[in-house]
Amino acid sequence: MVFHLDKCIGCHTCSIACKNTWTDRKGAEYMWWNNVETKPGTGYPTKWEDQDIYGGGWEKTKKNPKLKSAGKKKGLGNIFFNPKLPAMDDYYEPWRYRYQDLFDAPEGDDQPTAMPVSDITGEVMTPKSGPNWDDDFSGSPDYARKDVNFKNISKEEQEAMFMLERMTFFYLPRICNHCLNPACVAACPSGAMYKRGEDGIVLINQKKCRGWRFCVSACPYKKSYYNWKTGKSEKCILCYPRLETDQAPACMHSCVGRIRYLGVMLYDADKIKDAANTEEKELVKEQMDIYLDPFDEEVIEQAKKAGIADSTIEAAQKSPVWKFVKEWGLALPLHPEFRTIPNLFYVPPLLPTMASTANNIYESTSDSLWDSIENSRLPMEYLASLFSAGDKEIIKQVLKKMMAVRIHRRNKTVGDMPADESLKALKDTGLTEEIADAIFRLTSIPLYDERFVIPPAHREEAIEMLQDTQEYKGETGLGFTEKPKRGL
Amino acid sequence: MSWIKDIVSPKTRHWEEFYRNRFHHDKIVRSTHGVNCTGGCSWNIHVKDGIVVWETQALDYPALESSLPPYEPRGCQRGISFSWYLYSPVRVKYPLIRGALMDLFRDLKKEKGNAYDAWKALQEDPAKRERYQKARGKGGFRRLNWDDALEIIAAANMYTVKKYGPDRITGFSPIPAMSMISYAAGSRFLQLMGGVNLSFYDWYCDLPNSFPEIWGEQTDVAESADWYNAKFVAVMGANLGMTRTPDVHFFSESRHNGTKTVVFSPDFSMVSKYADTWIPIHAGQDGAFWMAVTHVLLQEFHHEKRVPYFIEYTKRYTDSPYLVELKELDGKYVPDKLVRANRVEKYVNIENGDWKFLNFDELNHQVVCPSGSAGHRWGSKDRKWNMKFRDGETDEKYDPVLSLLKDHDEIVQAEFTEFASSKTWLRGVPVRSLKTKDGRIKVTTVYDLIMAQYGVSRGLEGEYPKSFDDPKYSYTPAWQEIYSGTGKETVKQFAREWGKTAELTKGKCMIIIGAGINHWYHNNLIYRAGTMALMLTGSIGVQGGGMNHYVGQEKLAPVDSWGMMMAGKDWQGAARLQQTPIWHYMHSDQWRYDGNQSDYNTVPENDLSAQHTADLIVKSVKNGWMPFFPQYNKHNFEIIKEAEEKGAKSEEDIKQYIVDAVKSGDLKYTVEDPDDEMSFPRVWFIWRGNALMSSAKGHEFFLRHYLGTHDNAIAEESAKGKVNDVKWHEKAPRGKMDLIVDLNFRMDTSALYSDIVLPAASWYEKDDLNSTDMHSFIHPLSKAIAPVWESKSDWAIFREIAKKTSELAAEVLPGKFKDLVNTPIAHDSPGEIAQSGINDWSKGECEAIPGKTMHDIKFVERDYTQIHQKFISLGENVKNGLGAHGNSYESADVYEDMLQDAKHLSRLENKNYPSLKEDEEMCNAILKLSSLTNAGLSKRAYVNAEKKTGLSLQELGGDNHIHSVNFKDLQAQPRRYNNSPIWSGLMHKGRAYSAYTYNVERLVPWRTLTGRQHFYLDHEGYIKFGEHLPTYKPSPTPEVYGELKNSVVEGTAKVLNVLTPHGKWHIHSTYGDTLRMLTLSRGMEPCWLSEEDAEEMGIKDNDWVEVFNDNGVYCTRACVSARIPKGVSIVYHSPERTYSAPKSETRGRRGGGHNSFTRLHFKPNLLMGGYGQFSYHFNYWGPVGVNRDTHCVIRKMDKVKF
Repeated sequence: MVFHLDKCIGCHTCSIACKNTWTDRKGAEYMWWNNVETKPGTGYPTKWEDQDIYGGGWEKTKKNPKLKSAGKKKGLGNIFFNPKLPAMDDYYEPWRYRYQDLFDAPEGDDQPTAMPVSDITGEVMTPKSGPNWDDDFSGSPDYARKDVNFKNISKEEQEAMFMLERMTFFYLPRICNHCLNPACVAACPSGAMYKRGEDGIVLINQKKCRGWRFCVSACPYKKSYYNWKTGKSEKCILCYPRLETDQAPACMHSCVGRIRYLGVMLYDADKIKDAANTEEKELVKEQMDIYLDPFDEEVIEQAKKAGIADSTIEAAQKSPVWKFVKEWGLALPLHPEFRTIPNLFYVPPLLPTMASTANNIYESTSDSLWDSIENSRLPMEYLASLFSAGDKEIIKQVLKKMMAVRIHRRNKTVGDMPADESLKALKDTGLTEEIADAIFRLTSIPLYDERFVIPPAHREEAIEMLQDTQEYKGETGLGFTEKPKRGL
Repeated sequence: MSWIKDIVSPKTRHWEEFYRNRFHHDKIVRSTHGVNCTGGCSWNIHVKDGIVVWETQALDYPALESSLPPYEPRGCQRGISFSWYLYSPVRVKYPLIRGALMDLFRDLKKEKGNAYDAWKALQEDPAKRERYQKARGKGGFRRLNWDDALEIIAAANMYTVKKYGPDRITGFSPIPAMSMISYAAGSRFLQLMGGVNLSFYDWYCDLPNSFPEIWGEQTDVAESADWYNAKFVAVMGANLGMTRTPDVHFFSESRHNGTKTVVFSPDFSMVSKYADTWIPIHAGQDGAFWMAVTHVLLQEFHHEKRVPYFIEYTKRYTDSPYLVELKELDGKYVPDKLVRANRVEKYVNIENGDWKFLNFDELNHQVVCPSGSAGHRWGSKDRKWNMKFRDGETDEKYDPVLSLLKDHDEIVQAEFTEFASSKTWLRGVPVRSLKTKDGRIKVTTVYDLIMAQYGVSRGLEGEYPKSFDDPKYSYTPAWQEIYSGTGKETVKQFAREWGKTAELTKGKCMIIIGAGINHWYHNNLIYRAGTMALMLTGSIGVQGGGMNHYVGQEKLAPVDSWGMMMAGKDWQGAARLQQTPIWHYMHSDQWRYDGNQSDYNTVPENDLSAQHTADLIVKSVKNGWMPFFPQYNKHNFEIIKEAEEKGAKSEEDIKQYIVDAVKSGDLKYTVEDPDDEMSFPRVWFIWRGNALMSSAKGHEFFLRHYLGTHDNAIAEESAKGKVNDVKWHEKAPRGKMDLIVDLNFRMDTSALYSDIVLPAASWYEKDDLNSTDMHSFIHPLSKAIAPVWESKSDWAIFREIAKKTSELAAEVLPGKFKDLVNTPIAHDSPGEIAQSGINDWSKGECEAIPGKTMHDIKFVERDYTQIHQKFISLGENVKNGLGAHGNSYESADVYEDMLQDAKHLSRLENKNYPSLKEDEEMCNAILKLSSLTNAGLSKRAYVNAEKKTGLSLQELGGDNHIHSVNFKDLQAQPRRYNNSPIWSGLMHKGRAYSAYTYNVERLVPWRTLTGRQHFYLDHEGYIKFGEHLPTYKPSPTPEVYGELKNSVVEGTAKVLNVLTPHGKWHIHSTYGDTLRMLTLSRGMEPCWLSEEDAEEMGIKDNDWVEVFNDNGVYCTRACVSARIPKGVSIVYHSPERTYSAPKSETRGRRGGGHNSFTRLHFKPNLLMGGYGQFSYHFNYWGPVGVNRDTHCVIRKMDKVKF
């Protein structure tokens, strides 16, 4: 999966597509399998990135990575008391309105209004937090300034970020990363969690789950949620019923900024353990080494031997994710230092250029049509804290490549930039004109089936393992559906 | 190398059915959202078990050119929340009535024996009337059955028609494009009745007056795919991420194709994130910045470099070579009117000579009369309306002289006014002496005037700036700093990059603009300032260029066929289409609270500019510039009866009788005395909109004067003694309206305050059509499920109202009646060349001639027993042809064809007509009869346009087959339109629609005086109000605006400029009350404050605050953020009173919404009429409901009480 943050609108259509389909029911009110955050900001649940508070993800040890706070032993000891769980205040107290009063209020001396009431207590309340409470906020003492990604940025520079000359924000949409080294799966005491072999989707078995909530605390992205009604935890299922029918997940289908890409990545499972246990500065590089070149003859041969369908290999070759992540090196994992090896990659945003003020007059000029990315409004340290475990060089390279593509395209479509500037920009970032055009095309004019290359699910084969597919054809849907019951 | 394997047994994965079962659905139906967001997105509605469960975007728009990003997906966070409404607790399920009204009515009905007499008795008993009026908005709703609801409505209709006349029945519904059949339902009913339709685009302040000023066009803009073609985009007053959510990808995608982006926004808005350069310009000061940009462009690209593309473009497509007289006034030369062709001997006797103009010819230095002017357009000779560089009289070729700089008789020091600092400059202008029938006059070109106005000296003597860095003289980059807060170096770089991009790409520079600019008092000037930079760089009418204004879903693409049906013109002639801003200003008595506009409007001092707006409105109505209903202080039927009694035999006689009566004062216009009982609007239908809240500028005055219920206004009346032509009553009436009926699917503020609420089908429950200017497809709303509970489609509701009203008419008002309809002088009609100056017949300045010096008077026959049958039948006037915007085509054969379809016929007086009974029949009639959706008709319209223009155009049309798409085709897939001459853009072969490409590529004139784009607006009123040249005027200051006189600023409270731009979690008020949007935001519409202001006021994030001024109060919570600039507060449009609204501490009652602190203030020069593009057309022209200049006191609330 790739999310192109330069294109993200922050509209939250994705969140609602998901909510309408999956979590619009009792027990799931507060769940946002897909949410969008304003950055800088504290996110949902609040400060989820701060593992000093939540203790999610893995730690490096000498040999194998270890769950940060919910290792099997430690976890079992805490099985009835899990102090690292986010509480309601970290999410929010869901509320609704007494709309019926508008219809039912008897004639009075003033106009009736629907008062907000708590979903928990039923009492009139003033909402104090929500799943997107600091939307579009940027600088504010309570939110943006408490963003954990500021830890390596000086106080002065932080304050400067909220002045007119540097003020900015961008959006960070988040779903389950369907990690290669999922902490949630490792932490589950019931064995209810698994990663599907055919497509890598991480799931919680709604029959087996016993609601211990270790997945909630172990996931450093806080993308597992406890359903108080069913007593089971639930999480993003990457819309497998849609994927199995060749449709993009609801959040991706509905992404009106067209920022989302989905495709197959082949990988070497042997390398996961080491990649998750490497030095911090090597994390991005090591993760990249896990992914296998779908055009490599040896990879293809091995894949076939392992029973990977030809159609899947073909999909891997057409994968937009492969291009953004490996071929072009434009997309990066979110917080690789959590060591779960997330499978969702982000193209970082280009932001407006910095300005200056003197005597209350604001100037924003540059030597050339576009300023250099060093003068972008967000400090590199900030983006590096999000996407490269602190390595500024990686971020700089990505942003430079994006600018090089823009310069190249400007040169081609207008011609007001010196040709040598365009060539130099490409050369400095290791791009050719051909690659730059390919990046431009997949960024700017991709069609639906170029953004989402979904391999056939071959459901007939999966069903065959349980039942004759022909029989299934006549029977499917018959029977009584049952909702999950508390406990086993 | 190893591969992941399933480590769990397939059997244990059986549970996965759990989520698969949830995803199964039974059917998918295509619909959309009929909300004024301009999105026009096609959606798939998923139905499971007969219940709408969710919606996903449709992805199947026909593809445009392969070089463009596709239109998929379209749809935003708001649209995808819509399914929440269907079964929600705000859904109106049954007809509702306020108990107080119901009890009074039922008792009287029992007493009188029938509904009509009961309604009459109720209205004629002031105590009873006041009783239910005072209960409005205060709860006490009761469920009613449909028959009883229709009975009361029919009684009110017929009582009003009989007692006062039909022009006291009014309806408001906005933006037909969003669901055009539903709009037409009410408008068709009203117009058949003789009622009044209120306009919306101007009322919403979405109409950019600069478009009619410059182009004679209401609005025409690029579809969003064309943004991608631009190479330099400036965005101002439009928060694309927020309000153009499904389109913004074209903008972000263009960046990666090498497009430079600059965003102007006082706050760091959602779209600022996409900017290469963000300019936090001072709120409302964009005009100053653009004046300076044009200064640089004129100096460097026009004067110094003389870029050939720019010069050629300016010569051919703008009024810049046209001659203007420099007139001596108080010893100084000032620019006056365009020189009329018939003033020179060569053209003295030509037809329409007052409406044809002059250029100098480069070849022989003599004057020529270019073809393509309004005089040619409406003349008797064909083939003269074009931009071919031919003399429209002699047909000789010519080459226009752009500037007299090289060839002049003298340099005259002419006076130019700078309104910001009230200074005047004497600047040298090259002139030639021209011999006219009134003697020799000094003339110059518009181009030379523009150079002088912008302060580009070109070596001429005078008070010109010496350099860009000279802050003393307008309009240099240094001059604008103090207003915009933006530095001169930024202006210079911007202008140079702009100019260079346009030069290299031949005009691929674009402005995307929106309500953030258009809602300012001086919006037309800011727009003109930006448009100058586009026109001077040849960036209008080219792909990737343009002034792209997106404020409201104004583009009803098939307006040719729809326009006829919505106004009932298939049956009858004149319609009553009201300019809403002036209607509300007068009827809701906001004029009484308004001071003299010249107190806050920066104008030169003269007899015209010094008047109170209300007086100027009276003039505009009498002169036929603006419509106003009701018309007279007498029943229209009575007036005709009187005329006939006094011997009038013909319609001409009746006209003369009326002219004499208004001249003598025996008959008065209601606009002269809006507070007289005979002037009140009585019945108000509201559908598809939130007329009492989200668009109700001066909401609290609506509550007071229309509804007669409680309000929170403390404003003082101040018009007494300032108005001369409007009668002053010491006590203003409260509760003018007898009955307010709201058709709604949700309990919004309008429903809450109405007398009767009728349950309307929602957007997933009816068949309808949707179009927008954001894309070039037409697509449907469809019934995914039948209307829920007792709701009905708008079409069905008005059909039922019509039926019940006709039935009652048979009892109380049978027979045929002659009605008279006052109509203003209309744009795009031959009448628009009516008044070359301002002369008021009522002041004896000219003769009163209907349709020429005054409004026209037309006659319509009404038969109230036939309203219903006419409503459901397509009348025979369709046979006379259709058209729009001055274009026409033949349609009789299509009508005949429709009569052959036996399944879809209706009967009236033993004759067959095409049936319009069902929603789908109405959809199909529109599709069949429109040039946009019927290719053969498009061809016919071009053939007719060829005759008018003498240009070759018909290859732009379709083939000759009369074949249209039908409603079911649209349900299968959205369809792209045909080219049609009724619109100014071209879209064949997959090219993206861009406005005015038809004009530029085909040389078809704009619908203006000269036929060219206008730099110069020479209407006498514009000269007197100081807006003939592009200029900068300062925003009105809060002190003189008069809205803070009685509002106390105590303790840490502060006065801030409160802006109400469009928000993220709602479209106006719709969606704002859904739990989804409330959960993702703050649970109400907050008030955004800067960190500095909040700190000074002791306000912390999420504290409760009051926002108030003399007009009213809004109570909410604060959002404190560094992205808001000091001095400004934002309350996104539009909160509702229906949720989370506590009581105000300062006023005691429940706080209102954002329109509680607004009140109407107009620019009177926008009232002008009868003059080319300055002529009335519904939603096209007139003052707009500005609101951006509003200031409020903001204070922290101590205690919050619901």
